[in-house]
Amino acid sequence: MPKINIDQIEHIAKLSKLELTEDEKELYAGQLSSVLEYFEQLNEVNTENVEPTANVTGLSNVWRDDEIEESGIKHDEIAKNAPEFKDGNFVVPGVFE
Amino acid sequence: MNELYSLTIKKASEKLEAGEITSTQLTEAVFLRIEKVEPKVGAYITLCKEKALEMARVSDERRKAGKVLSMLDGIPIAVKDLFLTKGIKTTAGSKILEDFVPINESTVTKRLWDAGAVLIGKTNLDQFAMGSTTETSAYKTSKEFDSTTRNPWDTDRVPGGSSGGSAAAVSADLCIAAVGTDTGGSIRQPASHCGITGLKPTYGRVSRYATIAMASSLDQAGPMTKTVEDAAILLETIAGHDKYDSTSSEEKVPDYFKALSKNIKGKKVGIPAEFFGEGLDKEVESIVKSGIDKLKELGAEIIPISMPMVKYALAVYYILMPAEVSSNLARYDGIRYGLSTIKKQETRNNNQTLEEVYIQSRTEGFGAEAKRRIMLGSYVLSAGYYDAYCKKALKVRTLVKKEFEKAFEKVDLIITPVSPSVAFKFGEKISDPLSMYLSDIMTVPINPAGIPAISVPAGFVETDGKKLPVGMQIIGPMWGEQEILNVGYAFQEATKHHLEKPEL
Repeated sequence: MPKINIDQIEHIAKLSKLELTEDEKELYAGQLSSVLEYFEQLNEVNTENVEPTANVTGLSNVWRDDEIEESGIKHDEIAKNAPEFKDGNFVVPGVFE
Repeated sequence: MNELYSLTIKKASEKLEAGEITSTQLTEAVFLRIEKVEPKVGAYITLCKEKALEMARVSDERRKAGKVLSMLDGIPIAVKDLFLTKGIKTTAGSKILEDFVPINESTVTKRLWDAGAVLIGKTNLDQFAMGSTTETSAYKTSKEFDSTTRNPWDTDRVPGGSSGGSAAAVSADLCIAAVGTDTGGSIRQPASHCGITGLKPTYGRVSRYATIAMASSLDQAGPMTKTVEDAAILLETIAGHDKYDSTSSEEKVPDYFKALSKNIKGKKVGIPAEFFGEGLDKEVESIVKSGIDKLKELGAEIIPISMPMVKYALAVYYILMPAEVSSNLARYDGIRYGLSTIKKQETRNNNQTLEEVYIQSRTEGFGAEAKRRIMLGSYVLSAGYYDAYCKKALKVRTLVKKEFEKAFEKVDLIITPVSPSVAFKFGEKISDPLSMYLSDIMTVPINPAGIPAISVPAGFVETDGKKLPVGMQIIGPMWGEQEILNVGYAFQEATKHHLEKPEL
């Protein structure tokens, strides 16, 4: 029974970079548990010797020539949507302590 | 000049060519209609009246100079707010992109503008295309009801989703035609609920470049229109290989519109028993069965088939889609664009860490459904669970795809209902996610298999004194767009359901 407990939901939230309130942890744990229960039915299906399908197009290794093409996008356009942008760089809190 | 808003692409294009109307008149008529009806329906997040009139003016000048670009030249189109439109706010229906103004254009919309079409505005949608009712949008576009988009046929009901705004706009004549996206039914289901035509093309038929990604192996953009003819015209314009989308196919784009044929004599139509079983509303079933009878009248051969794997497609979809979503939505981190808790340098006096920026920006910006699916995706992809869920789903996906391929060895097309019921009442399903997901059961098998499908109006259910539309789903093999368009066209030439309009 893959019921998701509070520890698991906290772990998943951490992986997802989300913060949940105590009420939300209960709510989502319950909702996700019932969805996961629904998935159990896939165990009825015999998939021995079946290849996974990640891509339906059959395309693989779509190449292009290694040529530079100007994007036409300017720094000041990028700056407009950025929370903080300086001298062509995004300004962020330190990556390392 | 008043009823110009009710024209189709085909009729409007004919009138423009004959000099009976101008694009400016057409566009003004649509905006007058919007003024009257939009406060109730709430199809649009953003309206672009000034830009639209400018585009219409330029179209009229082109026509005067004899330089008409296409059948779409001068035609006002509504665009789901998931397509990046340069210089025009694009929100994906989420708070996290509230103030986001794209600096590039999606290939789909670029092709529309290159063909001369006019942009009316960006339509409402379930947040990041996650939902079947448009209720998960962060934008309450219906001013009258202070809610998300309403169904023009019964404003107590949802328009469907996720392309609910586009469907409502077409249905209520708030545009001449629209574009939407479909990952698990998001074009077909709202088309069915709003009484319009909606087509999801073969995966790889239409470029996904600069179209906000939900599930990259399942997403496809497609036309949402008043008629099958219009769907063919729009599809032709947006389809085709794009070097910026390496999943787009080099498969040639046929002249879908010119090649439309209503002769379906001898076409083998498969009816899978599994789509007509328990859980299907009796009145919906009866309407779809009448639709099938009509096709038989037109000369199609009806063949009962069985598709036992199809019932597992919903589980496959709700494992793979959230997995891809969790990856695609990782980019919304408050660093380069979107809602961010990074304080301006001048007022920075907190010690927010990088991780806190990610967590707080995302927690504040994403709605509940987005969070649910990101977490579900993270879970099924995580170490220890990947094999049991993701890998298993990918294998069952192969079996579902193969089952469709086998069916298409026996039949040319497959017909099913689009939805087990008519449109829900507002708020009916929103607090029960699993129940909401289960309603997608008839549309979701199509996307993992990559095949095309169209929803056409097939009739109405009468409830509480209202007429509620019911669509019929026509499914084709990969690259079978012409086939399904032809059957839809034949059906519309022989019926009048698609001509009916809601009372607004």
